[in-house]
Amino acid sequence: MDTDSIHSGYSHHSNRSRGSNKQSERSSRDRHKSHSRDSSSRSDKNVTISASSAQPQQPDQSSAPTDAQDDNWGETTTAVTGTSDHSLSQEDLAGFGKETEGPVEKLNCVRFLPLALTLILGLLVLITPLSFLVLPQLMWPERLQACGTACEGLFLSLAFKLLILLLAGWALFARPGRASLPRIAVFRALLGLLTLLLLLSYWLFFGVRILDSQDENYQGIVQFAVSLVDALLFIHYLAVVLLEIRHLQPCFSLSVVRSTDGETRHYNLGQLSIQRAALVILEHYYKDFSVHNPALLTAAKSRAAKHLAGLKVYNVDGAGSDAATAQSRAKIAAAARQRDTSHNELYYEEAEHDRRVRKRRARLVVAVEEAFTHVRRLQEEEKKKPPGDEMDPREAAQAIFPSMARALQKYLRTTRQQHCHSMDSIQAHLAFCITNNMTPKAFLESYLMAGPTLQYTRECWQTRQWTLVSEASVTSPLRHGSEFQLKSSDFSLVVTSKAIPHLKLSEEYVHPKSHKFVLQLQSETSV
Amino acid sequence: MSFIPGQPVTAVVQRIEIHKLRDGDNLILGFSIGGGIDQDSSQNPFSEDKTDKGIYVTRISKGGPAEVAGLKMGDKIMQVNGWDMTMVTHDQARKKLTRKNEDVVRLLVTRKSLENVVRQSMMQH
Repeated sequence: MDTDSIHSGYSHHSNRSRGSNKQSERSSRDRHKSHSRDSSSRSDKNVTISASSAQPQQPDQSSAPTDAQDDNWGETTTAVTGTSDHSLSQEDLAGFGKETEGPVEKLNCVRFLPLALTLILGLLVLITPLSFLVLPQLMWPERLQACGTACEGLFLSLAFKLLILLLAGWALFARPGRASLPRIAVFRALLGLLTLLLLLSYWLFFGVRILDSQDENYQGIVQFAVSLVDALLFIHYLAVVLLEIRHLQPCFSLSVVRSTDGETRHYNLGQLSIQRAALVILEHYYKDFSVHNPALLTAAKSRAAKHLAGLKVYNVDGAGSDAATAQSRAKIAAAARQRDTSHNELYYEEAEHDRRVRKRRARLVVAVEEAFTHVRRLQEEEKKKPPGDEMDPREAAQAIFPSMARALQKYLRTTRQQHCHSMDSIQAHLAFCITNNMTPKAFLESYLMAGPTLQYTRECWQTRQWTLVSEASVTSPLRHGSEFQLKSSDFSLVVTSKAIPHLKLSEEYVHPKSHKFVLQLQSETSV
Repeated sequence: MSFIPGQPVTAVVQRIEIHKLRDGDNLILGFSIGGGIDQDSSQNPFSEDKTDKGIYVTRISKGGPAEVAGLKMGDKIMQVNGWDMTMVTHDQARKKLTRKNEDVVRLLVTRKSLENVVRQSMMQH
């Protein structure tokens, strides 16, 4: 085992220095290599990290082989052979299939409960006025008075109002729930209860006053049904105001800080409950915050570990009651007295890293620009001639990819982004850029800058399971100074809210003719 | 009155002594100055050389102490009570002229006509 790992390590180093000699045999060997051996052989210079970054939070078996391929595709794709491409894509597909099973299992029926309740309520709302109209006709048709023109006018208005109510209800309520919140949505529950109460009271009235006494005045009955639909329309108006309009006017400014790297954003929200505010913030998080990259944090952690491990405290006088505080104070004092040169190391390490990143970036930009010059869109007149080497975008991307693959992989490794981009995603992006006539700079932009989380494929998304940690009840409304936390599996977002101050605007009238000027050529002072 | 940069300035000057007039709380001299190293010298109507940033007399009030003492409009002030006026800002010049504890200012002024007179008198010899 030992000789095997050393041997593979040597070939790894030699391959990097020399070039692309034994591509196929290295690729097959690397694919079977375990991931820990990969990281140990590669971490020659820096203290970091492939081990911690590549271990995903969910115990996903599929990501290990894909990561091994990701880290090596730069060296293996200089010569594009049919076999290596196909085999890689098959394994990627297998990994993809395994991963999508996870979220599907978490889908349970509770998500659809509110929608089901809404549908039932909607059905009741539809049936009730119609049954008010139809039941008298069925139960005592001979005694009913004939329906005059006013009555028929009422039929028409009832039909249109019902149609409007149904359309409005569909627009407002029949939407798939965008999230499952920890507690019930208070306003929705209240509105549902109100509607139910209204329907119940109308049925009661109908049953007691009309069915029991078998009223003959059909016009009165139709007016009764129309009044019910009017009341329902007003409840719908109340729903629109409470659910949609009330929280549009911004009242609070929330600052969201990510706990791992301190990235901060501010959002203006209206009067929302804490759980709804958390939902809005999460939706903004996925598009505003740059993707969470745990590989960038390991340097700080290693420095912290060195600080802690530097001093050991031995208790010579026997165990005292305040041993812990005395120990920590002694450690702090000793550390302050010690001449700590870790700041020096940090400075030079960061300068070196910046230089290395800039060098690799320059090579990458040149390689990509050169690769893009090889591909050209087929002109109209060339299409009529017998086709030479026509390719669709995917094939064109695969053809020019190997010339830039090595430079791109080296750059991603230096900036520690290699786990966010798989070879397939890069080729797909390249095909997309070629199809839309983008420049090399446009293609590179998503790799040079860390984009928002939505930009990356699902493997890079941490989790969609968030925990809301709050001292106040999550259905209570936001207030000035309320704080809560949104915990994910490896970082948390700390949110504090401040009320937007009451602004006092005053006016100052400027007469349009009051703008007069004199030229000051030379100042002249009288003495 | 032209000057060569780097060389000392030479000019024919006239010594003028003005006694300040007390007007309430102020001491007035009765003329206005313009120019200075912080001003735009190309606007100066009285200077021969438009790059000259010296202090010039731009206006004399009738019957005031300056007119009485013989100051003329267009004079370039070279010195005030010993203080140089050829390389000062406008505000510095104003301050040197309006010191509250001085009743008399002794100016050294120069004008084109002075040079002409001197040249004419030299040519006569």
